[in-house]
Amino acid sequence: MSYNWNWGVFLQPSASGDDTYLGWLFTGLKWTISLSLSAWVIALIVGSIIGVLRTVPNRWLSGFATGYVELFRNIPLLVQLFIWYFVLPELLPVELGNAFKQSNPLWQQFFCAMLCLGLFTSARVAEQVRSGIESLPKGQKNAGLAMGFTLPQVYRHVLMPMAYRIIMPPLTSEFLNIFKNSAVATTIGLIELSRQAQQLVDYTAQPYEAFIAVTVMYLLINVTVMFLMRRLEEKVRVPGFVGGK
Amino acid sequence: MIEIKSVSKWYGEFQVLTDCTTTVQKSEVVVVCGPSGSGKSTLIKCVNGLEPFQSGEIIVKGTSVGDPKTNLSKLRSHVGMVFQNFELFPHMTIIDNLTIAQEKVLGRNKEEARDKGMKFLDRVGLKIQAPKHPGQLSGGQQQRVAIARALCMDPICMLFDEPTSALDPEMINEVLDVMVELAKEGMTMMCVTHEMGFARKVANRVIFMDHGLIVEDATKDDFFGTPRSDRAQQFLAKILQH
Repeated sequence: MSYNWNWGVFLQPSASGDDTYLGWLFTGLKWTISLSLSAWVIALIVGSIIGVLRTVPNRWLSGFATGYVELFRNIPLLVQLFIWYFVLPELLPVELGNAFKQSNPLWQQFFCAMLCLGLFTSARVAEQVRSGIESLPKGQKNAGLAMGFTLPQVYRHVLMPMAYRIIMPPLTSEFLNIFKNSAVATTIGLIELSRQAQQLVDYTAQPYEAFIAVTVMYLLINVTVMFLMRRLEEKVRVPGFVGGK
Repeated sequence: MIEIKSVSKWYGEFQVLTDCTTTVQKSEVVVVCGPSGSGKSTLIKCVNGLEPFQSGEIIVKGTSVGDPKTNLSKLRSHVGMVFQNFELFPHMTIIDNLTIAQEKVLGRNKEEARDKGMKFLDRVGLKIQAPKHPGQLSGGQQQRVAIARALCMDPICMLFDEPTSALDPEMINEVLDVMVELAKEGMTMMCVTHEMGFARKVANRVIFMDHGLIVEDATKDDFFGTPRSDRAQQFLAKILQH
């Protein structure tokens, strides 16, 4: 097989004329990062709330949270994305649906992908938050209550600070996953990183260079995330706590 | 101070407490003992509502614990409790462990809470450990901190749930010393413990429980001198053998 390597392709002006092909990749990188970070914020907030609800002594609340988790983690991510993007606008009130469909397509794609990825990951975060809380000795909750804390205060001051520390390693995995999963947004047309790689192949016929470059970019993102999370882990480490030092 | 009237509790079909009745007067020290599984820990946790009970009534300084209208958090903030496994909050420093509830529950300001915390840390001989974390202290030290933490809330009475059972033998005395001192100062105390030496030294009354029943509720001298029930006699014979 003969293949003409041409790394110079990235500096050539792109087909759209106003950018280089490297510029295309950076546009993709920008969308991948903004999509993943905003989805992560949703995942953390919603996941924490649902995870806490799964552990509260109220059958209705914990039942609701269980249903939520099962719903979002048992439907394939791709199917969820199609539902958000293609089905949901049809279910909205007509005016709202039309307004949505007439908005900038890029924002439509971004908004749906963000919600989809955020809520999908929130179900996974919720499970980790729950397991973190349940891994704490039962006496901790009692000790908090015995001092006169209300149940929400016990969660806020006693349970959650330790639970988050304990689940830091699996949370890091989820954080990494969200960047990798963000590639599904390519299927509804969002010009994120893997989409741009495909475009590069289409326009330049240099698939190896394009995918090597994109691979390196994903790798760089995740190495950075791992590094930052490890720093955070060290920073919040509890002296003298088992597994702490 | 604490009135327990005909309290019964079930876990499903299994009855853990049967018609328990007793009282703890102000400044009285009552020791609750009995074999494991006899319901003594459950009973003491009913007093501050950590365990719900199905029938009977518990009244702590005029407030009914079982009443759904009772503000349990408020009641608990006046009732100190010390646990078998210390249950300090591992992510906070020792001094923060002592101040957090003062600030968040009683609404004291930072300085006031800190002063009070340091005062009680000093009393249990651990002032120097204030900036450390619980994991860096020995079990005995942690339990003394836990007692200081409860005292910071100016409790009207103290509940001890086997405070020395998780400790190495050499650390038991440092904790008991603190408790003896408290008793001598007139603190109202209800202690679940197997430390009969402590009971002899400071208890006013001893309650003996077995299978969820209060089998014996007697003054210290009666209990150790002439226990009425066979079960209490056997128990005493066993634990006082050595």
